[in-house]
Amino acid sequence: METFIELVYLLSAVLFVVGLKRLQSPATARGGNALASLAMLLAIVATVVDTEILTWTGILVGVAIGGVVGGFAARRVEMTDMPQLVGIFNGFGGGASALVAIAEFTANPAIGVGTTGVTIMIGTLIGAVTFTGSFVAFAKLQGLMTGNPITFPGQNPFNLVIFLGVLFLAAASLGVGLSADPMLLFGIFLGTALLLGILIVIPIGGADMPVVISLLNSYSGLAASAAGFVIGNMVLIISGALVGASGLILTQLMCKGMNRSLANVAFGGFGGSAGVDRAQIGQRPVRRADAEAVAAELGYVNSVVVVPGYGLAVAQAQHELRKVGDLLEQRGVDVKYAIHPVAGRMPGHMNVLLAEADVSYDKLFDLDEINSDFSSTDAVLIVGANDVVNPSARDPQSIIAGMPILDVDAARRVIVMKRSLSPGFAGIDNDLFYMDHTLMFFGDAKDSMADLVREVRELA
Amino acid sequence: MGELMIGLYVFVLATLAGREVITKVPPTLHTPLMSGANAISGIAIVGAIVVAARADGTLQTALGIAAIAMATINVVGGFMVTDRMLSMFRKR
Repeated sequence: METFIELVYLLSAVLFVVGLKRLQSPATARGGNALASLAMLLAIVATVVDTEILTWTGILVGVAIGGVVGGFAARRVEMTDMPQLVGIFNGFGGGASALVAIAEFTANPAIGVGTTGVTIMIGTLIGAVTFTGSFVAFAKLQGLMTGNPITFPGQNPFNLVIFLGVLFLAAASLGVGLSADPMLLFGIFLGTALLLGILIVIPIGGADMPVVISLLNSYSGLAASAAGFVIGNMVLIISGALVGASGLILTQLMCKGMNRSLANVAFGGFGGSAGVDRAQIGQRPVRRADAEAVAAELGYVNSVVVVPGYGLAVAQAQHELRKVGDLLEQRGVDVKYAIHPVAGRMPGHMNVLLAEADVSYDKLFDLDEINSDFSSTDAVLIVGANDVVNPSARDPQSIIAGMPILDVDAARRVIVMKRSLSPGFAGIDNDLFYMDHTLMFFGDAKDSMADLVREVRELA
Repeated sequence: MGELMIGLYVFVLATLAGREVITKVPPTLHTPLMSGANAISGIAIVGAIVVAARADGTLQTALGIAAIAMATINVVGGFMVTDRMLSMFRKR
């Protein structure tokens, strides 16, 4: 029986890997997700069969609550709000793993230093940090608290002291260094770990959220792995490692997309930066255009590239944008979409929005694929993006120096749809807005896009 | 070789396998990748069931139930929302 259960777990682990592999193409991805959920079902059934369950009530109550909450959230969430949803799901994953480790400790508080004791501490720490960190990320993205970085003097040294304190308390809970009631010490350790999660995320804001969400995703996997070490279960270790690797890869890609190190994102307090004369921003003359003029610029050319940014998500203008794209295509214009890796608030955020609006995925191109095309593009339409198209990234003196950008200024005509000339997350002015071939189309993206739909329809 | 070392071998090799597989996921699917991975981290439900089943005392029972509830949110919500997203990715 034991062997059979282990073989089911092994099959489950294999199906997780195969399921993830099918995410390599949009055509097979849905089946891959189904395989992964089958793998989960197998693992759960194997566990239920293998475990002597005395009372089902508690388990069924837990599953019912979780199933209703999770199912409701998954059905109701707007695609624009995916970053928050994934953020808070990360938190629940970390929280569940932490609770497994915590329950193991309370079962034997005098466990002392040893393999199980140490893995309990690691699992509790990572899980607790993921839990509170994800809730702060959720609150920031949902607008429940300021999305800007929250900083205070001496923040990094303070956080370091808290971190060292957490390590000390973890050791003390295992009877090293202090002799007090282990349950009490463990309680303080847990509280401090939860505080650490909050402290790590509050100084990170706005456009850096993709990095944080990716990193917390990785942590939620590592927490599951740690829980696997605690209870000696291989399928937990493997699945957790897969998620940990996934989150880490995305974290690296996001950092690369901003040309910043993870340490810089975590400790840099970037954004709304000092040293920039904000009074100067938006003081230079720009060329304005209304919907009618923009329609004429887009409707009579051969090629248009659309660059969506977070502003598109905020305004929920993706459906109107797709209508504009459709109308232009009916007129024989070649329409493509250029997606910067850190556009939006999580990896792939823009792609999901456009997929929701029924834009065919083979029209979406990432930075490397499309950058060389801009010089032969007639018109670029930028919707709610700013820093990712800022040419000052090529200036070594700039705060965003070296950040990979979409070379939209190489196109013959640039149209920027934006509410105002206010700076993006980096807090610096954008020279693109003042160039001779740039037209500024001011207004709320959704209203402006609706006007544009009407005007393109009226073109001869 | 102790159980810890076997676990470490498995962990490291699984990380490498995950790296190979996930590096090739195209940027257009990064959000579903993340929510799908999220659902997989709900595997903690296995640990939660084990803990809940052998709980003796109110505290551990409560911890076990809370762990099951949280992990189930991840599993059910994560797989469902990923499927919802992936159903939107179409080629026309």
